[in-house]
Amino acid sequence: MKSDRALVAHLMRRAGFGATPAELDTLAQEQTYEDIVEDLVNPERFEELDEAYIDRYYSGEPVALHVGKWLYRMVNTRRPLEEKMALFLHHIFPVAWGKSEHGPSLYTEIAMFRRVGLMDMKTILLELSRDPAMIFWLDNNENHKDEINENYGRELLELFSMGVGNYTEDDIKAASRAFTGWTFRQPLSLYPNGHYPAEFEFLEDDHDYDSKTFLGETGDFDGEDIIDIIVKQPATARFVSRHLYNFFVEDELQVPSWKTEPAKNEDAIAQLSKVFLETGGDMRAVLKEMFNSDWFKAATSFKKVKSPTELIAGVLKQTGEFSYPVPGIQNFAITSLNGSLVEGPLAIMGQRLMNPPTVEGWHTGHEWIDSGTLSERVGFVERQFEDLSKPGVKDMVDRVGSLDDDPSQLVDRCLDLLGSINVSEQTYDSLVAYAKELSSIENDDVEGSVGVHNLLQMTASTVDYQFE
Amino acid sequence: MTTKPSEKTLVVVQMTGGNDFMNTLVPYTNGHYYDARKKVVIRENQVLPINDELGINENAAPFKRLYDEGKMAIIQGIGYPDSNRSHFRGMDIWHTAEPDRVGSEGWLGQAVRELDPKAENVLTGVNIGAGLPRAMAVTGVPVTSVGDLEGYGVMNRIEQDRLKNKALETFKGIYGQAIGTGPVADYIGQTGLDVLSGADLLAEVADNYESTVEYAENPIAKSLRDVARIHLSGLGTRIFYTQHGGYDTHANELAGHPKLMTDVSGAISDFLDDLEEHGASDNVTVFAFTEFGRRMRDNGSGTDHGTGGGAFIYGKNVQGGLYGQYPSLDPADWEHGEDLKHHIDFRGIYATLLEQVLDVEARPIVKGEYEQISPFRA
Repeated sequence: MKSDRALVAHLMRRAGFGATPAELDTLAQEQTYEDIVEDLVNPERFEELDEAYIDRYYSGEPVALHVGKWLYRMVNTRRPLEEKMALFLHHIFPVAWGKSEHGPSLYTEIAMFRRVGLMDMKTILLELSRDPAMIFWLDNNENHKDEINENYGRELLELFSMGVGNYTEDDIKAASRAFTGWTFRQPLSLYPNGHYPAEFEFLEDDHDYDSKTFLGETGDFDGEDIIDIIVKQPATARFVSRHLYNFFVEDELQVPSWKTEPAKNEDAIAQLSKVFLETGGDMRAVLKEMFNSDWFKAATSFKKVKSPTELIAGVLKQTGEFSYPVPGIQNFAITSLNGSLVEGPLAIMGQRLMNPPTVEGWHTGHEWIDSGTLSERVGFVERQFEDLSKPGVKDMVDRVGSLDDDPSQLVDRCLDLLGSINVSEQTYDSLVAYAKELSSIENDDVEGSVGVHNLLQMTASTVDYQFE
Repeated sequence: MTTKPSEKTLVVVQMTGGNDFMNTLVPYTNGHYYDARKKVVIRENQVLPINDELGINENAAPFKRLYDEGKMAIIQGIGYPDSNRSHFRGMDIWHTAEPDRVGSEGWLGQAVRELDPKAENVLTGVNIGAGLPRAMAVTGVPVTSVGDLEGYGVMNRIEQDRLKNKALETFKGIYGQAIGTGPVADYIGQTGLDVLSGADLLAEVADNYESTVEYAENPIAKSLRDVARIHLSGLGTRIFYTQHGGYDTHANELAGHPKLMTDVSGAISDFLDDLEEHGASDNVTVFAFTEFGRRMRDNGSGTDHGTGGGAFIYGKNVQGGLYGQYPSLDPADWEHGEDLKHHIDFRGIYATLLEQVLDVEARPIVKGEYEQISPFRA
């Protein structure tokens, strides 16, 4: 063993969507923790998924299909951090297809997040500002030289980079003026060609070239200059660091309270902010600092609630059902029941991926949980782990062993297989008692339906399993 | 049926996306309407007139029937101040009744707290649908959110009784032990126990229900049928909430809006008929609202976000008719030169429902005094 298996499981969950027992075996045996971090922050060391291959099996325009394709990527990518950063950016720069000019602009946005997520903050914000889906979502196509629309300028500062309290209304106006003329165009007419992704377009005639004063600096600024100024602000370093900490390490209070409430770990935020400012907001450097820190490693014991996407992608990775593009992955977004379309588990758990509720994104942490979403979380793992024909389920059942084994050992193996879960002592005792009971029920069971999978289901139904 | 539901009950139907009020209650003789709506228009021969000026969209024929029977109150020109036309801010405002700041407590969640201060019945407030709306959410107030009535609860798929009992017992043990181990685990633990008690109560619902009313096959009909099933089981629910989506008709409105009208009007009238059949219609009030109306002028294919819109109250106890004035269609009166002006503050309607249906003091929930209407029979 070159690294601690439980710690690697934690890293792979936070920096990706978990790992199968076989993957964990290999990682822990062959690599040190620091080497694994290096691999994660340097995804280009690994081959990308073949887009054409995925498209061949999952073709079509419905949003649900694209959500399904994204889940497929999360489960199968060899670049987990790239996919996790795309999800992170979707959380903090949320755009919904409910207000998008058409679906493809949203899919190309997610692809852009995947491409730039590990680059520097300037590139990220610049690409975001040139992204057709974002431009339409926040009306920058309505932001004209003679009549500014402040929607994008405001959210860029408030939600996407600095946070409230660090700029004035005049700064918002100046930023908005700098982004006039930043719009998009449709490369081909919508009809009869169908939907093609839109493209960024700069309309020189509609751009305000006059002098502007922004955060104390004056000049003939355009959007790129504004972003340059934003990225060097300590407020930006702090705001982005808090977002990263909230997403990867520990649930913080909801974002609107950050102006007044201190971070849970101010030292950690200071440490990340320092690297951010030194590197011009290089996400690789900041994330590497984070994953290698003691407080990240200690975060195994933190109660960070899994998002629905993390829960579902994590379970699908374990069941192995979608290690090839088999049909049905869109059913996790939208599925059909008795002939009518109904929302799938992602939505019932409260996260309509690619359709966040507001420009503030999803409320995370314990707000993911209510009686309906919890009921679905437990029901979901029950359904996913009951079918022994799924390769991952079969593998886990084989690894757990027979119900005749020592019940504590059975529970230990289940906890280990499901990602080295930490459970409370009482939960552990309950699981052991359940394992004993299962063994006795199995012996009287004529139909042969009772088995080790019941223990896996229960382990994945615990309070602790709701945490990352 | 265990007990006859006798307490006054409120059923809220959220028409998500911003219903086009003008194409629901159509000012079919008004020239300004036809001037503004060049394409996305409902013509005189497509309405069911209720008077010389207004007609109900013919696709919502069941609403015309309810209106004629005196069971439908139409609230014209409802809205909130300083609309920024955002769905999200708009829905947030409707959910928390706080247009001036970002509120965190849902107006109906607060009502649940008043109705059941000791949190004795997890079914006092029930949401039917995926995800708990903020309107029902208040920290520490248990409400039940049912995504799928047949599938509600945990360990449902285990068929063997002995195993199922043991599994439920283990789940209860694990979630019960979490209480007191930290704020988040505490909350999740309590929610798990609430699921179990809700599921116990809801388990018999499907078996108890019989009806000759055949609801249509669409999501809102399914949801209101679930409301009827739970309500008729007499489980003490005072507030139901459900959503009907698809009203954000920026494009192809003439293709999409008719089905919404058909579905929502059919579902609500079937629901009321179902209650009537069971002798349970006297105490149930349905309130249907949307976050805003649409723009005066169409955009050639649909309509963009507007402001003032309309809401509806249905029930046997309702004094049917028109409430408020239809907002002026004269361009000189348009808000921001393109929107209908609202003149009934939605908080007055909330206060009406809270005090006249639920007997809950409205002032602390809507944060002030707003003019109520009297839409109920004495």
